[in-house]
Amino acid sequence: MDQLLQFLISGLTVGSIYALVALGFSIIYNASDVVNFAQGEFVMIGAMSAIFLMKAGLSYPLAALLAIAITAGVGLALEKFAIEPAKNATVVSTIIITIGASIFLRGAALLIWGKEIYGLPPFTSNNPIKIGNATILPQNLWVMLGTAVTVLAVKYFFDRTKMGKAILACSYNKKAAYLVGINVKKMLLVAYGLSAALGAAAGLLVTPITFMSYGAGVMLGLKGFCAAILGGMGNSMGAVLGGILLGIVETVGAGFISSGYKDAIAFFVILLVLFIKPSGILGKGEAERV
Amino acid sequence: MRFLKNIVTLLAAFSLVLLSGTGMVQAKDTLKIGSFLAVTGPASFLGDPELKTLQMYIEEINAKGGINGHKIEFVHYDTKGKAKEAKNFVNRLIKKDKVDVIIGGTTSGNSLAVIDIVEKAKVPFISLAGSIKIVEPVKKWVFKTPHTDKMAAEKIFADMKKRGIKKAALITGNGGFDKSGRAQCLALAPKYGIEIVADEKYGNADTDMTTQLTKIRATDAQAIINFGFGKAPAIVAKNIKQLGIKLPVYESHGVASKKFIELAGDAANGIRLPAAALIVADQLSDKDPQKKVLLAYKKKYEAKYGPVSTFGGHAYDALFITVEAVKRAGTIDRAKIRDEIEKTHGFVGTGGIFNMSPTDHLGLNLDAFKMIEIQNGNWKLLY
Repeated sequence: MDQLLQFLISGLTVGSIYALVALGFSIIYNASDVVNFAQGEFVMIGAMSAIFLMKAGLSYPLAALLAIAITAGVGLALEKFAIEPAKNATVVSTIIITIGASIFLRGAALLIWGKEIYGLPPFTSNNPIKIGNATILPQNLWVMLGTAVTVLAVKYFFDRTKMGKAILACSYNKKAAYLVGINVKKMLLVAYGLSAALGAAAGLLVTPITFMSYGAGVMLGLKGFCAAILGGMGNSMGAVLGGILLGIVETVGAGFISSGYKDAIAFFVILLVLFIKPSGILGKGEAERV
Repeated sequence: MRFLKNIVTLLAAFSLVLLSGTGMVQAKDTLKIGSFLAVTGPASFLGDPELKTLQMYIEEINAKGGINGHKIEFVHYDTKGKAKEAKNFVNRLIKKDKVDVIIGGTTSGNSLAVIDIVEKAKVPFISLAGSIKIVEPVKKWVFKTPHTDKMAAEKIFADMKKRGIKKAALITGNGGFDKSGRAQCLALAPKYGIEIVADEKYGNADTDMTTQLTKIRATDAQAIINFGFGKAPAIVAKNIKQLGIKLPVYESHGVASKKFIELAGDAANGIRLPAAALIVADQLSDKDPQKKVLLAYKKKYEAKYGPVSTFGGHAYDALFITVEAVKRAGTIDRAKIRDEIEKTHGFVGTGGIFNMSPTDHLGLNLDAFKMIEIQNGNWKLLY
């Protein structure tokens, strides 16, 4: 029983990291149906910028804010110089452009920051909190809090704000959105900027636990992507559900079956869900657009 | 016009050859050292200091007039850690560049991939990779300088025996180094009367190992062994502290860099690991013959490139074993150099004191590894 409790808590902590990254996918997906494979790189750039700004002598909060701004700038630049020039490209071509962008960003990070692995200090104390015989780190609670705040903010943004609705409109029908007076170009730009900022915030939250290096965005992005499709792409509640489910499946599978098959068990569950419900747990069924 | 230009260039080239020829009457043939290293890619933290070390010392040797008058010509290729590239480059080194000695093969995969080629071409090859398989069974033309994972496992078990530990839990990653270390631990434990009571695994990109450690906590293990490198061992150390596990923890030589202590923070304190003497060079007794060599290498490397690592040291050892062999052979004949490398005896390198023989192409014993404990965020030499 003691073991199960720790497995569940570990699953929750890992899962909330996946969920936080998964949330970043939803904005760009909602704006253009595109899965942005550079999302993991946004996470990495956010964390690495903060690390090096702190090394340069800035305070933690200031470095964090600047890092988010820098990453948002990278997101804007990505849209302006890579996505916008290919505006007539199909969704698949655009996805391939984001894969190219992720490779480019990784290479640039390697040149700027080198190959070393870095960490960030935890936001608050590093002493584990005991729950029965299980333990959790305060930083894990920060990640969960960050996930909760982000999911509410994203939900509010798309359901309640004019800009969020305008972005959604662009994904439903670009031409119609344009005809009702929505600046489609600007909306896409906003979507990339916001996504990048969200990714950077995720990077800042998880780095005290997971460490960061120029290549670490790949795995984080991949796990976040899995969580997003598991929960339903574009659905922010789905991203959280998918992330936490993935985390718990991994840890319980590793705990009770074999730690060597941890990833295999997780991918098996993802495949199973996709066979039964291809749009993900909370995803809406694909509607044919005529 | 063009024809005329060609003639002029040709003439110029000829006269240059003649001039340099007359100028070099006294100089002997150059010794061609070929190298293939993983300077970029995932193993770049190994290959990068190796290349810098080779370049730095070859420059120095040439500035001093070479080895007995033989200048060294250095040919280098970057494999990016890929075995296929390693094969291509070694073929090129042998057929096109016609090198006399090859030093390189940063990773075990790269080194093992080229053994057939160098054996067939009869070129002496000193590998800079860890696996015991490179020199066991012995291949005529293949040598290596780094300590093996087998030695690390033996050193750890010997220390456990001293402390009276009978049951140990193993936790390892999914990389080649991890897997090979795990296999050695499983194979050697019975020899030291130690039972492996848990055998947990993780992915090297994983962010949390509390699940595996919770399972270990539920066993009756008296110590934990973690074989790995990169960020994963630091996460393991942090998770052990988080779960409040008080067992002695052993890491491998894979974490013998200051980076590990930096990442794991105070969770690193108390962890023991076998490592080359380089990281504790200033703590060695003055009588230790290695001390002078280590401090000299450390000073020279750090003056030029920043913090030294044991990996560059392996390249230093390989280069100077070659240099000594060429000096003794008095020629740059490949077969004679090979014979002399095999006769290396009492060579004091950064990795230990090398005594090679026809049955041992590494030449290091367990004393080459030091047992180190991390105390107050620093290495402490135990013995």
